[in-house]
Amino acid sequence: MTTPVHIEVRDVNKSFGTTPVLREVSVDVASGSLTALLGPSGGGKSTLLRVIAGLEHPDTGTVRISGVDATRLAPQRRNVGFVFQHYAAFKHMTVFRNVAFGLEIRKRPKNEIRERVMELLELVHLERMADRYPSQLSGGQRQRMALARALAVEPEVLLLDEPFGALDAQVRKELRTWLRRLHDEVHVTTVFVTHDQEEAIEVADTVVVLADGAVEQVGSPADVYDNPANPFVMRFLGPVTEIGGNLVRPHDIEITAEPRPGSSQATVARVVRLGFEVRVELLIDDREAWVQVTRGVAEQLALNPGDTVNVRPAHRASRSLPPH
Amino acid sequence: MTAETATRTAPPPRAGARRRARLSGGTALGLGSAVLYLSLIVLIPLALVVWRSTDEGLGYFWRAVTTPDAWAALTLTIGASAIVALINLVLGTVIAWVLVRDRFPGKGIVDTLIDLPFALPTIVAGLVLLALYGPESPLGVNLAYSRAGVGLALLFVTLPFVVRTVQPVLIELDKDMEQAAASLGASPFQTFRRIVLPNLVPAMLSGTALAFTRAISEFGSIVLISGNLPFKTQVAAVNIFSQIEGDNTTGAAAISTVLLIVALVALVSLDLLQRWGSRRG
Repeated sequence: MTTPVHIEVRDVNKSFGTTPVLREVSVDVASGSLTALLGPSGGGKSTLLRVIAGLEHPDTGTVRISGVDATRLAPQRRNVGFVFQHYAAFKHMTVFRNVAFGLEIRKRPKNEIRERVMELLELVHLERMADRYPSQLSGGQRQRMALARALAVEPEVLLLDEPFGALDAQVRKELRTWLRRLHDEVHVTTVFVTHDQEEAIEVADTVVVLADGAVEQVGSPADVYDNPANPFVMRFLGPVTEIGGNLVRPHDIEITAEPRPGSSQATVARVVRLGFEVRVELLIDDREAWVQVTRGVAEQLALNPGDTVNVRPAHRASRSLPPH
Repeated sequence: MTAETATRTAPPPRAGARRRARLSGGTALGLGSAVLYLSLIVLIPLALVVWRSTDEGLGYFWRAVTTPDAWAALTLTIGASAIVALINLVLGTVIAWVLVRDRFPGKGIVDTLIDLPFALPTIVAGLVLLALYGPESPLGVNLAYSRAGVGLALLFVTLPFVVRTVQPVLIELDKDMEQAAASLGASPFQTFRRIVLPNLVPAMLSGTALAFTRAISEFGSIVLISGNLPFKTQVAAVNIFSQIEGDNTTGAAAISTVLLIVALVALVSLDLLQRWGSRRG
């Protein structure tokens, strides 16, 4: 079964002045999916999102939404909801009027607006804040308001630009889980930008990794984590260390007292206990590496600084790559 | 009055604690200096003028204000100032918009020029205007000794107010708001009217109030170009000056008091308008 493509970005190039920001970017977003655009800052992910929204125009290339060429369409006519990192709350309007804005523009009847806004405020748990002004809300509440405002006009596509970037860690985690659940309820095709790989893996069902304005890899969270297309993706998506000239995830390394086929000898430099996991820092031929093991394994091996051990990538190891 | 101000500046008392809020040494010193300074520079001199104006009783006050030449000067001043303030409300906002949102060569110079009417001695402004729009105008436009000349001088000296109050607000205005409005389907005009304008109105109003109050007190820039013809182009400030020259200090104080009241009413009503506006959202 193939899900229909909802957003189709083809060969998009975009430069600011002489600096290229997007280079030959092509991405398909499946209908009803929750897709993350993941990458380091300056990688072009926000620009790509803004190109999809019509807030930026590509120099070359096309954007199709629901099969219609939207490349030259004004943002007003794309039927796209956009959520900004810094909320972009209409600060002179109450929460109610913020959410009602798109409907008022569309000249919907008053009672219909009231009904729809209250329904949305309930969805984002702000029904009691309807008469407050944005300045009276916390960051998390403002962002939920912005989300309700974007959803009010029943957009075909919901785009979120680092939606949780300005919030503190605790609120960010809550909102992540909440966004995932909201998406399962509302089913609108959603694309969000993040530089946090944990966020992308936890929330999205498809991850697009962007760096230097180009797509590095597209796949499911498990896919990009376990089968990275290149060393960059591997490094960006999780911890890596180097043994035997290859990049390996530190939790995919077997550590034993006796040498085994394919293993290399290492000296324990330091053992750090971090709750249930133990981080073993090693020196292999004077090069630093580290291994992540469970407490049980560490205790069984009775590791102490100065000990000699043998390490090799585990069989089930996700892909290992040469570092360059 | 001081005690009341003091309670307001102090941090809000904790629930239940009904102890009288006391000022810390620093606050008391700061407040004391501010009140003293304000009294010496503003309140006492103003009070004296008001006091002076009623020296000969309220009847005299009224007669002094309603002598035909004084009344004509007052109505001309207030009317012209209101028109000028409204023109600058619109054009000042447009200039601020252009300076903040548009890019063009020489923008820095234009931005600096806006302050010139502030920096220039007003009599110099009058001289410049007379040279440009006087009887020997190189442009062939003679506004000397006419009410249009009065208006022109007032436009010149009050130009910076609205520009300089609106400009910083416009710079700080979150552009994401406008993009959010656009993605919600608002046309550029709807975005301006419903998102940008409401955020600018407070600054526009206070700039207008300042321009108006400045205009009703203007003397230097008008005195040359207007010719000070009583019943035609003589403004209140010039009328006050001629009263003093005619040794009628009580009459001069009476007209001054009227200007003072008009200025206060303008400032207070715009402040009320703003509060009302911000409550309504």
